[in-house]
Order: sequence, then C-alpha cells, then structure tokens
Amino acid sequence: MNVGAPLLEVVDLRIDLADAGLRHAAVEGVSFSIPRGETFGLVGESGCGKSITALAVMGLLRPPLAIGAGRILLEGREIQALPQSGLKRLRGRRIAMIFQEPMTALNPLSSVGRQIAEMFVLHEGAGWRQAQDKAVEALRMVRVPSPERRAKDYPHQLSGGMRQRVMIAIALACRPALLVADEPTTALDVTVQSEIIDLMQELCAEKGTAILMISHDLGLVARMCRRVAVMYAGRLVEERAAHDVFRAPSHPYTQGLVASMPRLGARAAHGRNRLQEIKGVVPSIAAYPPGCRFHPRCGSASDVCRKVPPEQTGIEGGGTVCCYHHA
Amino acid sequence: MLDPAQQHTSEALLDIDALEVHFPVRMGFRQHRALKAVDGVSLQVRPGECLGLVGESGCGKSTLALAIMGLVAPTAGRIRLAGHEIGTEAPPDRMALARSVQMVFQDPYASLNPRQTVRRTLADPLRLHGIANGGEVDDRVAAMLAKVGLRPEHADRYPHEFSGGQRQRIGIARALILHPKLVICDEPVSALDVSIRAQIINLLLELKDDLDLSYLMISHDLGVVEHVSDRVAVMYLGRLVETGAWRQIFDTPGHPYTRALIAAIPDLFLPVAAKTQKATGEVPSALHPPPGCHFHTRCPMKQDLCVQREPTLEKVDLAHLVACHFAVQSR
Amino acid sequence: MRLRVNLVMGGALFALAVGAAVLAPLIATHHPFLDANLMNSELPPGSEYLLGTDKQGRDIYSRIVWGAQISLMVGVVSQLINTVIGTMLGLTGGYWGGKWDDFVSGLTNLMLSIPSLIFALAIIAVLGRGLMSLLIALGLTNWSFTCRIARASALSLKSQGYVQAAKTLGYSDMRIMLTQLLPNMVGPIIVIGTLGMGGAILAEAALSFLGLGVQPPWPSWGSMLSDARDAIITGQVWIPLFPGLAIFFTVLGLNLLGDGLRDVLDPQSKVRSA
Repeated sequence: MNVGAPLLEVVDLRIDLADAGLRHAAVEGVSFSIPRGETFGLVGESGCGKSITALAVMGLLRPPLAIGAGRILLEGREIQALPQSGLKRLRGRRIAMIFQEPMTALNPLSSVGRQIAEMFVLHEGAGWRQAQDKAVEALRMVRVPSPERRAKDYPHQLSGGMRQRVMIAIALACRPALLVADEPTTALDVTVQSEIIDLMQELCAEKGTAILMISHDLGLVARMCRRVAVMYAGRLVEERAAHDVFRAPSHPYTQGLVASMPRLGARAAHGRNRLQEIKGVVPSIAAYPPGCRFHPRCGSASDVCRKVPPEQTGIEGGGTVCCYHHA
Repeated sequence: MLDPAQQHTSEALLDIDALEVHFPVRMGFRQHRALKAVDGVSLQVRPGECLGLVGESGCGKSTLALAIMGLVAPTAGRIRLAGHEIGTEAPPDRMALARSVQMVFQDPYASLNPRQTVRRTLADPLRLHGIANGGEVDDRVAAMLAKVGLRPEHADRYPHEFSGGQRQRIGIARALILHPKLVICDEPVSALDVSIRAQIINLLLELKDDLDLSYLMISHDLGVVEHVSDRVAVMYLGRLVETGAWRQIFDTPGHPYTRALIAAIPDLFLPVAAKTQKATGEVPSALHPPPGCHFHTRCPMKQDLCVQREPTLEKVDLAHLVACHFAVQSR
Repeated sequence: MRLRVNLVMGGALFALAVGAAVLAPLIATHHPFLDANLMNSELPPGSEYLLGTDKQGRDIYSRIVWGAQISLMVGVVSQLINTVIGTMLGLTGGYWGGKWDDFVSGLTNLMLSIPSLIFALAIIAVLGRGLMSLLIALGLTNWSFTCRIARASALSLKSQGYVQAAKTLGYSDMRIMLTQLLPNMVGPIIVIGTLGMGGAILAEAALSFLGLGVQPPWPSWGSMLSDARDAIITGQVWIPLFPGLAIFFTVLGLNLLGDGLRDVLDPQSKVRSA
C-alpha cells in the first residue's frame, strides 16, 4: 500500500445552508483523510451532515447547500473549487458513488446492461459491442446469476439486492480510486445486506479501491471499516480505528450510542437491564447550541463546553476526538 | 413455559390457529394466482407475554398483524382474541375488537393526523367508545400523556410541532388510550434515530409492566427482539420456521434461516460469522414460492428431501419448535 | 413573494365584485330596468349615466352592479353543488374502491368527454329556462374535476398510518372519511373550487348569451352581452364592453385567487418538524 499522500483529504470543511437570507453552518470543521485502498466509515444519525459531506466530496452539492470553507484533496489535487466540467472528468473514473435507493439512481427506461456499458463508452472510449461484453463481465463480477440474461432486464424487474449489485457494477466499472457509498444497504433485508457488504469488501480489496462508507448503522460500519469517524450535528466528534471507537469510545456521544444499543448476547450474559438513554433530541440546523453542540445532552458538560466549541485533538492510540472531557 | 401439546389452552390471550391469508393476483387476462401472504400459521400469546415476530420482507408478518387487527379477512383458519373470534365468516365487531387489541405503527411521521391536535387524537376514541365524557376525557388524556413521558400542554399542539421520538410516544398513547390487552408493535423504533430508540424501548417495557399488557413485537432488528421478547417466532415466506423462548432461539437456533439471520447481523463485538451459516441469494417472490421447504433455495444444508417435502414444526426441546428436516441433527 | 401577489390581486378583484354585488342597492345610480327611458337609449358614458345606456335606455353601470349579484350567485352556488357532488363521489370511490370506484371513475370519464356546455343545454332544455334550471344545470356539469382530485387524494391518504389507526380504534368508514380524510384533502378542493367559480361565471355568460340563462328583465353580465350583440357592429362599443370587462376581471381575480391559495395551502400539509 502506498504510504505516501492519502487518497482523499478533507481539511476543515464547512458546508453552508442558505435559508431565507440566513446562512447556517450545516457542517463545520470536518477533517479526515483516507489512504489508498482503505475502508473508512462516516457514521451518525439523521441530520448529522454525513450525507452532505459525501455529496461535497463528489462535488454534487446544490443550492441552498454550498461549500463555505475548507479544502478537499483527491490524490493531492484540490477539487473543492473545480468547475463542473473538471468534476465530471473525475466522477466515474476516479470517484464513484452508490446510493441508498437504487430505484431512483438507475434509469428506469434503460436496461441494466446498457447502463453499465455506458460507463465503458463514456470513460474508456470503448465501442458499444465491446462495452456490452464488458457489461456482462461486470455483472458476473458482482455475482448476478445468468448475467447475459440479466443484462437485458430493466431495473424494475430486479429485486432490491440485484439492483444494488448493478449499482456496484456501474460504480466499479472503471476502477475508481474511491467508492463513496451512502447508506447502500439500508433499504435491503438483513441477509441480503450481509451479502452486499461482503461483495463490496471483496471487490474493493481486489481492485485497490478505497471506500467511504456512510451509515447510521454502527454495527455495519464497525464490521466493515478500518477507521471510523463519528459525526454529530455537523461536527466530527471522534475519528479513530473502528476497533477502538466501539470497544472504548472516547466521546460521550459515542459512549451513549454504544451503550444504548441492545446487543445480542447481552441479556443472556447480564440479564435484561434498562437500556441506557441519551436524554434530549438531536438539535436542528437552525438551533444548534453554542459551544459544543452535544452539551445539552451530555452528562459531563461543564461551563467551557457551553461556551467554546472544542477543537479536534489527538489522543493516544491514534485518532482525534473533539471534547474537553473525553475518556 | 407451556408444553406445546397444550397449545389450545384457554389461557392464551391470542390464539391463532392454522391461519391462511391469500390475496388473488391477476397474472394476465383471466388468470389468477394466490399470493399466500400467510400460509398456515399457528401461534399463541399468553397474558403478560411479549412475543417477538421476526422475518424479512415478504415473510407475511405485516399481513399477520393486519389479520389480528381484523383489517384483513382470513382465507382459512381462525384467530381467537380475548373472547372474540375472527374467522372466515362475517367481519368482526370492530368496536369491540378495538378495546382488545391496538397497534403502534412504524412511521411516526405518517401515523398521526396532521390536522388534529394531540388532544383530539386521544380524546375522540374515548368519546366514540363511550368510555368517558366531558371533563373526565381531559383527565384521561393528561394522564396518558404523562404515562408516555409528555406534558399536559402538549395536548393542544399539532403533530408537526413534535420530533420523531415524541410522535412515537403520542402513537403509543393512542394505542393505549382504550386500555387494550394486546398491543401489536410494528417496527416501533426502526424509523427513529439511534439515540432515541433506547428511550422508546424502555418506555414500551415500562408500560407493559405498569399496565399489564401483552405485546406482539414485529421487528427485523434482532437486537431489539432479543432484548424485549419472552418468546420468539421466526417467519419465512408466510410460514413459521421456528418458535421458542428467547434464549433458545438466540443461543441454540434450530433452523438454518434463524442461524442465517443471526449470522447476517453486523454486531459490534461478535466475530464475523462463518460463511457456512449464511443464506445465499435473494428472497424468492411470494407469488412463486419454492416447492417443499420454502427456504431450500438459499439454505446451506439443502438436500433432495427439502425440495420434495414441506417440513412441519417439530418439537426439538421444551416449547422449542423447528420446521426443518434436519433440525435435530444440526443442533 | 410572488405567491402573495396572486393572492392579493386576486383577492382584491374578487372582493370588488362581491362588494359591488352586496352594495348594489346603495351604489347603483338607477334601477336596473324600471328606469328605462327610450329617449336615452344608447347614450355614451357621461355624467348621468356613468357607463352609458343600452338600447332600451337602461343604465349600464347600475345593471352591471346589480348583475354582479346574479352572476356571482350563479358562480358560487353552482360551484358549491359541483364541489359537494364531486367530493362525495371521489372520496367514497377512492376510499372504498372496488365496484363503486369503477362506477364513479366510469361516470367521471363519461362526464369529462361530454362538452359541458352541451350537457348544460340539455338539462335546461328539460327543465325549462330560468335561474333555478341554470343553477342545477351548471351544478351538475362540472363536478368531474373535483371528483378526480378528491379521488386521488383519498387514494393516497387512505394508506397513511393514521387512517389505519382510526380503523383499529373502531371508527366507522363514514367517520374516517369525514374526520380523517376530508380535512386533509381540503386544500386542493378549495383551489379547484375558486377556479371553478370563474368557469361557472363564464358558462353563465355563454348560456345567457344564447338566451338560455337568466331571463329578462333582471340583468346578468351574460345577458347584457347577449343584448349588446348588435351594438358591436353599429359601434356603440360601451354597451358590450363594460359587462365584458366585468366578467373578465372577476374571472381573472378568481383564477389568481385560486393560484395564490394553492401556493399558500400546499406547503402547510408538508410541514415536518426537524
């Protein structure tokens, strides 16, 4: 693995939301980096900003959202200020994205084989015949049975799991360096989800593609990723090796989340205890509290937490945390 | 636990007997096929018990819930609930049924009437059933709101003024306002943020003890099911594949599908399950279920027998039933 | 705020028409037909007759102001009948489905394929001329749009959780339709209602123009246009012009009002808390 420059570097990203003349910082001070070939998880609840961070990396933000400050570097080059023409050259070839709902991401009027073949035609200049053969190969690679026949199917004729495989085939067709996956398995049954995750991991390991995995499912991210960043209310609160984040979380929010989830085997081992709650609710963008955004719900909050937002500080064992009272 | 041979005891609060719910589906000009959403299910829920019902899409758990609520007519079999019978003849008395079984819905954003205040949503059923009138209605509404962790002033607000977690609390209050014996919880926390789920799960368990309720907890989240259930039933394509006490199901699952479900769960701390436990392929369409054992197309243990003969629920342990030809061997 | 302009302008125009109708006895300068004076026939607008006189020497301004009563009443009442019929059929059809819905859809399609004016003519032919038949005829012709909207709303709303919850709480179908579905459908129906009022006024004008609407001597804007048929050729433009403008501005106002209401009512139903 190339230990040199990281594949993706996000530095102090701020994304603004324009709302009737006011500007809110939906995402603020987010920094992380992904080395080549690594799986990196971005985890958080709805509204925490993880999806729009992914969109910012892809250059897909639309008004009222826009990048307010910060830098995004792909393979050492700054891309946050690239015009759409430059970004289009990157998308599909260097970065690819898969979404939660494949039905809306796939063209319902075009066969799946054609949609995969388009990638080869557009980005590699292949002829149609050649591209269609490659498309069948791509379907075989994502373990779709009878790929020659499935290539002629339309998206609505396939099940959710199949469509997601097609999405993966399209995304990985041109061997991008980075795959951004936004909740790719949330809409799938749990047994199918497991297969899709395995598939993603295997294929990306084979091709050396890094994965930026966005999810609200802590367990999924823990299983799949090497490093994990936890977001809350637009800020990155903790970024460490997946193993460490979940076994010994440092930020009170992560601690609360992990403690609140009912875990298989816990009841057999310790009896049924009341689940630990995090009191309060996730604040809305228009009403972010001053200082540390988690302080109203935090058991360890002190005066400084209420006034001054904490900075990302390094902790032992590698990684950063954003808290005055971290473990 | 009750011996399954004594299944049809009068002690059961809810007794479902060989229930079938089929929907005719048009497959082209003048051709019909039956979608067997529920295909021969027998279950009981005893008073004070929480039965967890687990299964993926197409397994029929939602249809089963609707049949228990009297919202969908059975094609065969019967449902006995606290003295009421829902069968294939006349539709049930909905008013009477409403006081016996209620439901908590999955989507807190769609399950409250946006044009009604919380007060109306809770008070109307009381008036409709003649349970209370005048000032007593307001008292009961306030009492119920307090029970679910809301304040009296919340009664005069509209749903859009509340967060997802609060709306779910209101939904729970509505389900309990008529003091039913059985509450069906259909994925009560899957649409909520992770940090809110614990609040709602704790609330449901408290209320169960406080008001002496029984729950039918439908969920695809095995962690939640293990935490709240006394007994668990696993469904696949309209049939029950396994039932048992929670410990039996999670510690010593007997059916390959149950094992596959458990193996598929990405858990923070458990090691990644061996591939041999996992199910392969996709869930078949409920319109064309595979012959014999429905699960054989995805089962790591499939043999010829599985395609030829449909397995029945057999006892593998006290109150632990598994529908698999190889259940005993595989334990 | 573009939407507010619609609302304000439309509201103002409509209010003007309503005001004229309500205050007719006070603001009219002459009696709409008893003050007819053949000596003063076809006078252009002047100080005594503000908008001139027609062929029979009647004051156009007063006739317009009194005519507002009839034209608006026709518009409002017939649209009310339309709305009630359309909502009842669409709501029950969408909610119950099955054969009743097939019947309602079939009927709606039938009504939509018959030119509404011809249908109204047929009804008037049966019932005879007069205000009553006009109201019934117009009330029975244009309910199909409302029905479509109501049916579509009912179909999409009936799968909402709170409707299922109402069923489980023991609510009867009637109660569910009235308390759960109807209040949530009101927005689009009101909008169609205001647009329909404009259409009804135009239809009344057309029917009166054909001599099948409001009968003399009471004026309606349409019958005034009808009477002024010759005047267009002989050059006394004011005789058809002012009733025409009255129709134009009132219908324009109703259309703008409908547009504005749609913008105002729609976002409300989509409000979700953060």
